[in-house]
Formats: sequence, structure tokens, C-alpha cells
Amino acid sequence: MRDHKTPLKKRYDLLLLAALVLVGLGLTAFVLLSRMNSASDGLTVTIRQDNEVVATLPLDEDATYAVQGEDGGTTNLVVIEDGTVHMEEADCPDQLCVKQGKISYAGDSLICLPNRVVVEISGEDEQALDAVAK
Amino acid sequence: MKTRRVAQYGLLIALALVLSYVESLVPAFFAVPGVKLGLTNLVVMVALYRMGDRDAIIINLLRILLVSMTFGNAFSLMYAAAGGLLSGAVMILLKRTGKFKMLTVSIAGGIAHNVGQILIAMVLLGTWRVSYYLLILWWSGLAAGFAIGILSAQVVRRLPESLFNGGQR
Repeated sequence: MRDHKTPLKKRYDLLLLAALVLVGLGLTAFVLLSRMNSASDGLTVTIRQDNEVVATLPLDEDATYAVQGEDGGTTNLVVIEDGTVHMEEADCPDQLCVKQGKISYAGDSLICLPNRVVVEISGEDEQALDAVAK
Repeated sequence: MKTRRVAQYGLLIALALVLSYVESLVPAFFAVPGVKLGLTNLVVMVALYRMGDRDAIIINLLRILLVSMTFGNAFSLMYAAAGGLLSGAVMILLKRTGKFKMLTVSIAGGIAHNVGQILIAMVLLGTWRVSYYLLILWWSGLAAGFAIGILSAQVVRRLPESLFNGGQR
């Protein structure tokens, strides 16, 4: 193990770790900046199931949407309230999307992996965001 | 010699299954899918540093298949495979350069694992807007890789040399 601590090796390690941390900081800055720039009005909530849009609702109007499963039952209950969105109920075992709480910024999303349901908030600058993300 | 290798594979894969089970008992601390310690990666690290690249690849593939079949479903298999294969590839390549410490290899592997999962999520969910998740999973991968890296370095140092090399050379 001693040869793993020679200065040359340490330098490569530090370079790679610094690069990884820098990318992480870049991501953090990107997410924070895109939040600060997004206006809170005129946002829409898009609900998708299995890659298909099942509902598009305005964020500023309170509403409840039940996502239907293949057997006709409700898999996820999406609630829009006071400009925020949260998952009220989900029939999946992990309940991660319910625990995620409320989202309200453009670009935020609630994702239920077991049911393949995605709830996301999008705004007017979504095309610009998409271009950056790609 | 061959029997010995079969036994070693069996041992490590059994250990991977046990570690996955132990990890599944710990409740998710964060409301983000994918944030976890990744204890099974310990087994891949031991295989990589004590047996060899080829053995690490085989054990990695087998544990992804077996763990997903035991504890998951077709979708979790896809996530596990995307994360596990990308992370395995990154760790093997970094280790092969001979320029990095185990800790660094593990950290890069942890991040690669989560990036792989984000990539497959983009494909399966059909959305590009996952920057928020990528941000969280990037840092959690770094932290998990750090923890597993320290753990693996200790385990590899303490495992008797004869356990993996005896009778082979």
C-alpha cells in the first residue's frame, strides 16, 4: 500500500477529485441560477405517465389530479395548492415521491419510479433550459 | 485452482447479496430515489483489487442480476445495470491507469453509478429536466464513494493474501 502514497500518485488523485468537485459545484450553481431566473407566474404543471403526457395544468390554480393505472385504479394523486405541487398519495411501496414534499420552481419535478409517473413544472424559459441540459 | 475460483466467486456474490439485504433494511434517509450507500460495491472493490479486472467484471454482472432478481423487478434491474456497469467500467479504467488510489477510484465509481442511473432515468421517463436530481446524486455519489472507498481500503488491507492468491501462483 505504500506505493499508493507516492507524491506523483497523490497529484493525479487530487486533480481528478478537484475536477469531480468542480463539476459538482458547477451543477449546484446551474440549478440555483436557473431557479433565481425563473418567474413564478405562468408556470405549468405537466404530468406524465410511461413517457406520455396525461395532463397539463396551470400552477396558479388549485387542482387535484388522479393518475390512473392500467387496472383503472389511482396510482398517484397529484395536488396543486397555493402555487405548489405535491404528491398526496402513491400506491408504491417506497413512497419517495410523497416524501419529496412540495415543489414550486420551474424545472422541479416529482418522480415516482415504480409507477413511471413524472410531475414537472415548466415555464416559458423551458426551451432555453432544455438547450443547456442537452 | 478452478474449484478455488468458483468458491471465491460464490463467496463474494453471497456477500453482495447479504450486503444488499442489510442495506434494504436501512430506511431511505432522503426523499430522492437513488441516494444510498451502495454497500455491495465493497464486494466489487475487493474483487477488483484482490482478484483482477476480469473477475471484477464477472462478479459485478452476477451481483447486479442476482440482487435485482432477489430484491427488485425489471425496472430496478435496468437502473441497477446502468449504474453498476458504468461505475464498474469507470473504476476498472481508472485502476488500470495505475495512477489513482483506491479512495479516488471508489469516489469516481460512486459518481459514475449515479450518473448511469440518471441517464437511464432520462431514457425511461423521457425527460431532460433532471438537473436537480443529477445535482443531488452527484454529491451523494461522491459521499457514498468516499465512505465505500475508505471501507474497501481497510478490508483489502486486512484480508489475508492467501485468501485470493493461494494455490494460484
